[in-house]
Formats: sequence, C-alpha cells, structure tokens
Amino acid sequence: MANIISDETIEYVGILAKLELSKEEKEAAKKDMGRMLDYIDKLNELDTSGVEPMSHVFPVHNVFREDVVVNGDDRENMLANAPEQKDGAFVVPKTVE
Amino acid sequence: MSILELTAVELGKKIKAGEVTAVEAAKAALAQIRAAEDQVNAFVTIDEEGALKRAEEVQKQIEAGTLRGPLAGVPVAIKDNMCTKGMLTTCSSKILYNFVPTYTAEAVLNLEKAGAVILGKTNMDEFAMGSTTETSAYGETRNPWNLDHVPGGSSGGSCAAVAANECFYALGSDTGGSIRQPSSFCGVTGIKPTYGTVSRYGLIAYGSSLDQIGPVAKDVTDCAAILEAIASYDPKDSTSIRRDDTDFTSALVDDVKGLRIGIPRDYFGDGLNPEVKASILTAVEVLKSKGAIVEEFDLSLVEYAIPAYYVIASAEASSNLSRFDGVKYGYRAEHYDGLHSMYKRSRSEGFGPEVKRRIMLGSFVLSSGYYDAYYLKALRTKALIKQAFDKAFASYDLIVAPASPTTAPRLGESLCDPIQMYLGDIYTISVNLAGLPGLTVPCGTDAKGLPIGMQLIGDCFQEKKLIRAGFSFEQSRKYQGPPLAKQWEASLK
Repeated sequence: MANIISDETIEYVGILAKLELSKEEKEAAKKDMGRMLDYIDKLNELDTSGVEPMSHVFPVHNVFREDVVVNGDDRENMLANAPEQKDGAFVVPKTVE
Repeated sequence: MSILELTAVELGKKIKAGEVTAVEAAKAALAQIRAAEDQVNAFVTIDEEGALKRAEEVQKQIEAGTLRGPLAGVPVAIKDNMCTKGMLTTCSSKILYNFVPTYTAEAVLNLEKAGAVILGKTNMDEFAMGSTTETSAYGETRNPWNLDHVPGGSSGGSCAAVAANECFYALGSDTGGSIRQPSSFCGVTGIKPTYGTVSRYGLIAYGSSLDQIGPVAKDVTDCAAILEAIASYDPKDSTSIRRDDTDFTSALVDDVKGLRIGIPRDYFGDGLNPEVKASILTAVEVLKSKGAIVEEFDLSLVEYAIPAYYVIASAEASSNLSRFDGVKYGYRAEHYDGLHSMYKRSRSEGFGPEVKRRIMLGSFVLSSGYYDAYYLKALRTKALIKQAFDKAFASYDLIVAPASPTTAPRLGESLCDPIQMYLGDIYTISVNLAGLPGLTVPCGTDAKGLPIGMQLIGDCFQEKKLIRAGFSFEQSRKYQGPPLAKQWEASLK
C-alpha cells in the first residue's frame, strides 16, 4: 500500500527533527518519505511474532564505572569551538522572557 | 621501486632498517598529495607542517629504539569523522566547518602510540551517509582508477588516498559497507572488524549500534598489522569488547586447506553484474585450488536487510545528530528569532539533503504511533538476520560475497535515486546488522579497467579466518595500483 505523507505529518516530523524545511524541501520530503516507507513496508512480509527486538548483537548490559573525573579542565579549548561565548560560558539566544 | 609503491609494513621495515627515514616517507606522501589532490580531492584537511614535525619526532624515537612496531614512522590518513586533537574535524559537513576537537579518538591514539604520522583527514559522505563520497560539503572525491567515476563511500577519501599513493594506509569507518564497498571500487583492501573490537570513542556517531572503525590499505598484511594496532578494550566505549585474540598478524598464513567456504546463492543471482560475478567466482576457484572446501547454500532474508538497516541507522542518526544545534561547536545560522529558531535554522542550513532525509525518516520511525511498526519491527528483523548467519556459520568458516553489485558508477549517477543507491549496499549491510567482520580484497577489473573486490564474511570474532583466506588468495595476485598513481609521481620529477 502506498504511503501518503500529509502536510501535518511533515510539519510534526520537522518539529521532532528540529529542521526548518522550505516549501520545496517539504514537498520533496513528503515524496521521499512516502517512497522510503513503501519500501520499508516490505518488512511486513516477515512474520516476526515471538521474536525479541535485538538492539545489540552481543548480550551487553549496562556498563558501570566509578564516577571519577579523569579528564582535565579543558574549558578554554572547548569554548574556543563555540559560535558565541562570554565569561567562560556558551551564549545562546534569550530563552526566558 | 619508489617509496610510494611500498606497502605500509614494507615501508615500516625499511624505516626500521635505516634505509628510509620517517621524514622522507612523509615528504614523499605530501609531494604525491600535491600532485594528485587537484584531481582526486581525497582530503578535507592536509597538515603538512604537523606531519613533518611529527615525522622528525618519530624518527628520533625509532633511532632511540623506543618505537619498534611495524607501523612506526609510516604516514597515514584518517577519515574526517574521527576526532583529532587540534586538527579540524568536519565529518565533511558544513555544520562542523570549523570544529577543532579537544581530544583524539581512541583508535587514532592507538595508531599514534604505534608511531603513526598523520598526514591529514580524508573526505567522506557527509556524516558517513552515502555510498559515493558525493554528499560531502567539500566537493566529491574522484576514483584514481578513472576520474569520471566515484570512489564509493562513505570512506571514499580514505580508499582513494590509498589507491592514489597519497598515504600508505588509512582509517575508515563502516556502518553499512563504508569501508568494504569503496575498497572494492578503488582496488584496495579493507576490514570492517567485529562490532566492539575497535573503540568508537571519538568517532562522530552515525548509527552507534552499527559503526565500526577499520583499516584500509594495499594488502591483507597491512590490514592485519593496522587492526592489531587499533583494536583495544576501551572503558570509554560502553560497547567495547574485551578480546585477547587481537594478534591478527599471527593469521598471515598461506593455508586454506580444509577451510569451509559458503557461497550464498541469494548473493549471486539477479542484480549482480556478470563481470563482477565471474571475477569473484574465479577468485573462489583460487581458494578451492589451495584446498578450501566450497559449497553453495541459501542464506535467506537477504532482501530484508536494506529496509531494516535504513530504519535502524536513520533512527540512531536522528538521535545522534541532535547534538548539532549551533550552541557548543560548529555552524550557527546568522539570522534567527529566538532559541528554537536558532536550532532549526543552524541545522537546516548546516546539514546537506541526504543527512536531512535520514534525520526526518529516523524521527518519523521513532515517533509515537510508529515506533512499534517500524523501529521495533526492524530490530526483530535484525534478530532473524543474525539467526540466519548463525545457521550459516554452523556449516561454514566463512562466506564469500560481492562487496557491491557493480563496479564504481560514474559521478552524478547515483544521487538522483536514493532507493537505487541504497540497493547497492545489499551485500554489505547485513554484516553490520549482525555485528560480523568483513574483509574486501581486490580480485580483478572489469572491461573498463575498474577494480572488483571480493568480500569475505566471518562469524563474530573470526577475523583471523578472513585474514588467513585473504592472505592466501593475494599470494596469487600482488597489489596493483592505478596507472594514474605512477603518472602523478612522475609529474613531480
């Protein structure tokens, strides 16, 4: 069955993805995503009932370590990468009015 | 023979013997880079000054006897998705156009401990998303065998740089075939190790459950030596695995007697280019003549690997790439209205179309209402694919497969139809889903003179079987680089 992606869906996914798409990009994304989902729907041919979802190929569990600081203070170099910085902090647009 | 034609291990021996210095080797590679880069564009960043300085230091340590490994003094190129302290690391994206890491990836640190001299950072598909190195924000890389063709991807820069003799070996990363497919297209050798063998610390994440760093080089001997150097248990990577069998060079043995090789019928049917098929089956005959036992079998589920992969990889990418928001590093949009607008504009202007496509798809399959139908379904499919491989490896030591259905496509041919491009990953993707090791060795060329690679797939932790089989095979076929590599070198004289 062909997947039709609505304007609302693209708007919603854009919010989740934190992307601001132009009108043309939105139209292209609707078509792209529809085609990709049509293709992905092939998985529905497979009977996966009773199969556990496998997120890891090895039976790894949470790996714990002592909460000890091992890296030094590298504040200056890290801040040097910031688009905007002031007084040892990252500067962002005002968030609270 | 010129320095540039040596393999990494051959060069390492000569440096150790005092026949060549690390500085001479670095100078030779840098000269070749100057001669070839206009046409190949394998590098995003070239650190001439740093490389020469480092080569001098390493040379002193070799002479003092404090550096003795097989790779000491040998110049290397690093894929631009691995962090290198103090050296620009872009992931071939505009969003990281000015990012200078404050630390070095563990795999690269391991190489530095082994005496590597880093020449620079290699081009790739943006965030490793692509199969051609055409989605890079810094221009496409061209295939040194034919400049009208792509080098493959996403580690296209690393593979092209090795083929062009711009470096003696390189590191790549492989999420769905990104080492094995470009190695095949560029006529070089590459290994994607078992998941967890090489630390992902400092590798800019794409699909964390699939990503693995591995070597790209001229032959299997080099790859074994490099893998031995970069493999390590790393507490900083929670998926790192403790292995005590990482002495990979011990498997460089010319002997495949009794090795059971499976040929999946479903990998050699429709859709595989006849020239590629013939070349690989001829290579299999070589292994057979050396005593390997070869059988055909049905792997099954092959057609479900690509859809499952694109759900899982896109989902992980949408989460991993949420860190790029214009706050702590990288690109920030010039015009915006408030915090959220700043995030959105920075990301929309900073990411290219293929990255946005996958972030959108990933956000969708993880969204409420679709998570079970798409994401969990894909993870269940992954479990079945793993079972299919488990069954195969109960009967076979290794599986032979193509690395790609075709040889390298022409530039500009692949990007117009994403699904068609994704289908090209059919022989490499399931290896990542199942966490398996895979090795690509060159086995021939097509009528146009473009390289063909054979992929060997092993069960988890069975790299040594791959190395033994690959090494045995290449005894019949010594490394041959592209004619252009020699021309570039001659142009300097």
